[in-house]
Amino acid sequence: MTTTSTSERREVTAIAGGVGEPVLRPDGGAKVDGSFEFSSDRSVDGELWAVTVRSPHPRARILNVDVSAAVALPGVAAVITADDVPGVNGFGLIASDQPVFAVDEVRFVGEPVAAVAATDAETCARAAELVVVTYEVLEPLLDAERAIDGTFEPIHPDGNLIRHQRIVRGDSDFVGEVIVEGTYEIGMQDQAFLGLEAAVAVPDADGAGVELLVATQWLHEDRRQIATCLGVDEERVKLTLGGVGGAFGGREDISLQVHVSLLALVTGRPVRAAYSRSESFIGHVHRHPAAIWMRHHADRDGTLRKVEARFVLDGGAYASTSSAVLINAVTHAQGPYRCENAVVDGYAVRTNHLPCGAMRGFGVVQACFAHERQMDRLAAACDMDPVDLRLLNAMETGDHLITGQRVENVAPVARCIRETMALPLPEPETEDHVLSLPGGAGLTADGSVVRGVGMAVSIKNLMYSEGFDDYSTARCVVRDGRVALKFATAEVGQGFVTIAMQIARTELGLADVDFESIDTAVGSAGSTSASRQTWMSGGAVVEACRGVVGQILDQVATDRELDRDGLRIEGEWVTADGVPVVMVAEAVAGHLFEFTAEYHHPETTELDEYGQGDCHTAFAFTAHRAVVDVDPDLGLLRVVQIATAQDVGRALNPLSVVGQIEGGVAQGLGLAVMEEIIQTNGVIRNASFTDYLIPTIADMPPVVISLVEEPDPRAPLGAKGVGEPPCISVTPAIVAAVDDALRKAGRRVSPLTRVPIRPQDIALAGEGSTATVGS
Amino acid sequence: MKRVETECTLTVNGVDHAVSGLHPGESLLDTLRERCGLRGSKGACEEGECGSCTVLVDGEAVCSCLTMAAAVSGRSIVTVEGIGEAGAADLQDAFLRAGAVQCGFCTPGLIVAADALLTRNSSPSVDEVREGLAGNLCRCTGYGRIVEAVLDTASQRREQP
Amino acid sequence: MPVLIPENLAELREAACSHDPVLLAGGTDLMVALNHRSQRIESDLTVVSLAQVPELRSWSHDPTSGELTIGSGITWSQLERAPFDALAPALAQAARTVGSPQIRNAGTIGGNIATASPAGDGLPVLLALDATVDSVGSDGERSTPLSELLTGTKRTSLAPGEVIVAVRFKVDDGWQGYAKIGVRNAMVISVAGVALVLDGTARRARIALGSVGPTVLLAGEASAFLTSEFDWDAWTCSEATIATVAEMAAEESRPIDDHRSTAEYRRHGVRVLTSRLLKRGRERR
Repeated sequence: MTTTSTSERREVTAIAGGVGEPVLRPDGGAKVDGSFEFSSDRSVDGELWAVTVRSPHPRARILNVDVSAAVALPGVAAVITADDVPGVNGFGLIASDQPVFAVDEVRFVGEPVAAVAATDAETCARAAELVVVTYEVLEPLLDAERAIDGTFEPIHPDGNLIRHQRIVRGDSDFVGEVIVEGTYEIGMQDQAFLGLEAAVAVPDADGAGVELLVATQWLHEDRRQIATCLGVDEERVKLTLGGVGGAFGGREDISLQVHVSLLALVTGRPVRAAYSRSESFIGHVHRHPAAIWMRHHADRDGTLRKVEARFVLDGGAYASTSSAVLINAVTHAQGPYRCENAVVDGYAVRTNHLPCGAMRGFGVVQACFAHERQMDRLAAACDMDPVDLRLLNAMETGDHLITGQRVENVAPVARCIRETMALPLPEPETEDHVLSLPGGAGLTADGSVVRGVGMAVSIKNLMYSEGFDDYSTARCVVRDGRVALKFATAEVGQGFVTIAMQIARTELGLADVDFESIDTAVGSAGSTSASRQTWMSGGAVVEACRGVVGQILDQVATDRELDRDGLRIEGEWVTADGVPVVMVAEAVAGHLFEFTAEYHHPETTELDEYGQGDCHTAFAFTAHRAVVDVDPDLGLLRVVQIATAQDVGRALNPLSVVGQIEGGVAQGLGLAVMEEIIQTNGVIRNASFTDYLIPTIADMPPVVISLVEEPDPRAPLGAKGVGEPPCISVTPAIVAAVDDALRKAGRRVSPLTRVPIRPQDIALAGEGSTATVGS
Repeated sequence: MKRVETECTLTVNGVDHAVSGLHPGESLLDTLRERCGLRGSKGACEEGECGSCTVLVDGEAVCSCLTMAAAVSGRSIVTVEGIGEAGAADLQDAFLRAGAVQCGFCTPGLIVAADALLTRNSSPSVDEVREGLAGNLCRCTGYGRIVEAVLDTASQRREQP
Repeated sequence: MPVLIPENLAELREAACSHDPVLLAGGTDLMVALNHRSQRIESDLTVVSLAQVPELRSWSHDPTSGELTIGSGITWSQLERAPFDALAPALAQAARTVGSPQIRNAGTIGGNIATASPAGDGLPVLLALDATVDSVGSDGERSTPLSELLTGTKRTSLAPGEVIVAVRFKVDDGWQGYAKIGVRNAMVISVAGVALVLDGTARRARIALGSVGPTVLLAGEASAFLTSEFDWDAWTCSEATIATVAEMAAEESRPIDDHRSTAEYRRHGVRVLTSRLLKRGRERR
């Protein structure tokens, strides 16, 4: 080590690639050349393949399961059923109400009954066909209201009502000068991540434990559930994150984890499994379909005075996170607006439909669609511009939710609205191309296309709620001048690894950051969900790095006999009272530093019987404006542009934030105009990418973005979560734009109340419709 | 007449791969992934609706999941593992720089499809990019950065032919 | 499971006649069935690939008779572009709506006919063009009107091992067009599709419908009415005629409710698309 080089040019130099810069993904190179290993790309010598045998009935009694023919097929190593589950035959994120394999009764089409391990996928498929399950078909519960009114026998020992929550605030008898009401329906949406569920389980040396490589959102929670089902200590189950091809909530629940782990233990061999697309549609939870009634009361000038609402969320056969989704929905019923009076009832119910749970937006998507449609109705009833109505009622820091909770966060609602509306409208089309018209290459459109504009606003809670002790863990090691970060944070594509690298550079002043394996060999990071990892795991990385910074500064103080209190890291330098002393890279050479930190967010409380309590941690706000071209006669649409201003606190990586916003907009657009899982008598009808449509590149308009950066003092580095907010108010904004277009076309008086909008909802609309033969 | 039983030779990225044990009707995607050790091409729908498995066969972008492996023996196959050397390294770099990659599962197929698009049309308009890549689903990015990456590559190629 | 890859028509006839083969064209239907295991090729079956038979990938146009002959192995990508976009614009329009670029690079017009899906995008156009299908089988060659070849939902009168060689139809300087409703703006299965051909030489109109019946349908009454009401000399027809024809076509459709749409909307779609196509045809747009 020489000190001359640094003493000659003692000027603080910034660290490149730190917080705030559009740094590129560290895993990006491998992702563009095909070498990045997703969980489905991992194979192990001597592996068996596994496949799941599933129920064809939404509800049936299992009379007999005969696996003998399957076992006898050459190449089959094992066939397992409920009888083979050594631990608890039940799992779930909140309640352990879902069996690993059905016992006595199946409760949805696709429920696992058995699993097969064999030498290859083809043999697995043939063996699965040879498993003979004898069912007595039972009448399924498909009407959510019958789960509430108690007129249907319990379809599960835990009953048909998963949770009821009431919120009563202020004057429940208040009657406003202006009252609007409506009933809204949100279809079941699928996460439709591209990388299908896949895992490889390898039995450990003594065959009592298992190592599992899996694409998931929360390694430690998976481990807890797997160990419980296997009947082993958690230490015997080691999880490593396989490359994750998107998640969006759909990997928060267990899917194939227990099946492959158990098959590995039973056969004593590595077991690999990968879902097909059709299996994925029934193998993971979905966004809850919802029926929501709302009645808004306001003064004649548009001041919102009272919200009444009733939510019914169809949770499907098992609880998953339904109870938490319900709380999110009911506590966001007022939207990002002041409102002192509320009466809200919410029900999450069990039916024999596909199970529902987490999906990006988590209950707030449903609530926002309803409250924003209501705000448009209220604007019409008050004869106000919908933007002005929203500005009049916009929430600010210090306002209260209908739960009584005070919003402590930065709350730039009005600014989000104003900045969104100030963004430029789309330029006139310069290109004569089929994709510039609704119906695209189908050449359906003629001159009757009408353009509409709509907008909507959302509030979204960040991180976990209701008293959950939420934390994340990170370890920072500095060795030979390089930083190594260790955490169990699931990188699912969102780019946490990029953010972590930037944080380490900024905190430590060191350029080279490596990542250790993402696995259960370090403390939990919590789930990659709830827009929480930048805040939570980012907070843990900040704390871990700052722990190391303290050690480095101690070392420098000792080495150079300097006053410790005056030492800082600024840019690439250690400074003493602001004066550069030594470059960090030089100061750490030959030393080893290590610090592990756990970051906890502020405590929250549960709701009381009136739905009162400080149940949420933090909030972020977003506004969207949509421009949509509508072919009223055919009901076909083309979204022309989305504009959005989002309250991000601080953009730690602007490129990543834009990516989250554009991706979230695409999912909200999908819900607005095409995405819905359709079940008939409990049977999914469109379990494929041919029939479950998600937006293609030809369906996605340009997104113009304004980042509202008001650093939140409660957040580490001032940054709010940006994952969920982009996909919420875009849906009602698009629907509002369609309504606007239809009004201009003289086609419709009453607002659209359902998503996704189907062509027939427009083309065959009843009231106000003047649909005639072509125009 | 050519006759293929359970063995054949596939020419992938200029290298001959002798494969054996083919299942009846086995897709090129499965063969590439499970017999040639080339796992860059991804499967996400099994029916040609997502484009994640896109490869070039004699220069044409096709879904390898809908291509029977035995039927393309002797034809020139290019996958994402070879597309950089085949001239698309700039496109790969543009995807990375533009932020067109998040989870990355769709990326290999997109890069192959985008390369085919630019081969056919060196100066595509925005709508031509959108029509040309409509067969490649992406669930993370919302496609905005992907359009930008393809247009950037096209303009750079025009400047530095 | 041998896969035979004949390299000329003679080899193909040998391969197809001497076995009971599974015919592989572009693979865009067969491979889906195999991947989903809804169809399985047992190891004693023979697959015959049609991809490398040059005769199936050729086409010809006889300007005197106006007949266009398209080899069954011609892909949608080829049909989208010259010369087909000028010779058979409705077929080019249909081609452009088929799946994705990757699907269009692989999928062939012959495969579309053989699969005989009511949602097959090429079929309404070929039906409206009154196309004839040339095939070879163990009984030799035959030519069959498409309307006779299509016998039901995914059913044809093709015998096992019978191979479609080409599809033929006459083109003239009249007008033809295709329009298709899908819920997404690209890569989508048809919810309803309509093809209209105004044959100026024969002075005959034909309207065919896709995705609104067990197979593609010729709207016979609407076609006949339009043939008689269209003013072929002045190349026009009245608004009332358009409304009546559209209504007749809608009435002739036989749609069902399914997960992709409703019967009511599909019928409505036929009405609107027929009307729009006829207006385009009248103005030669």
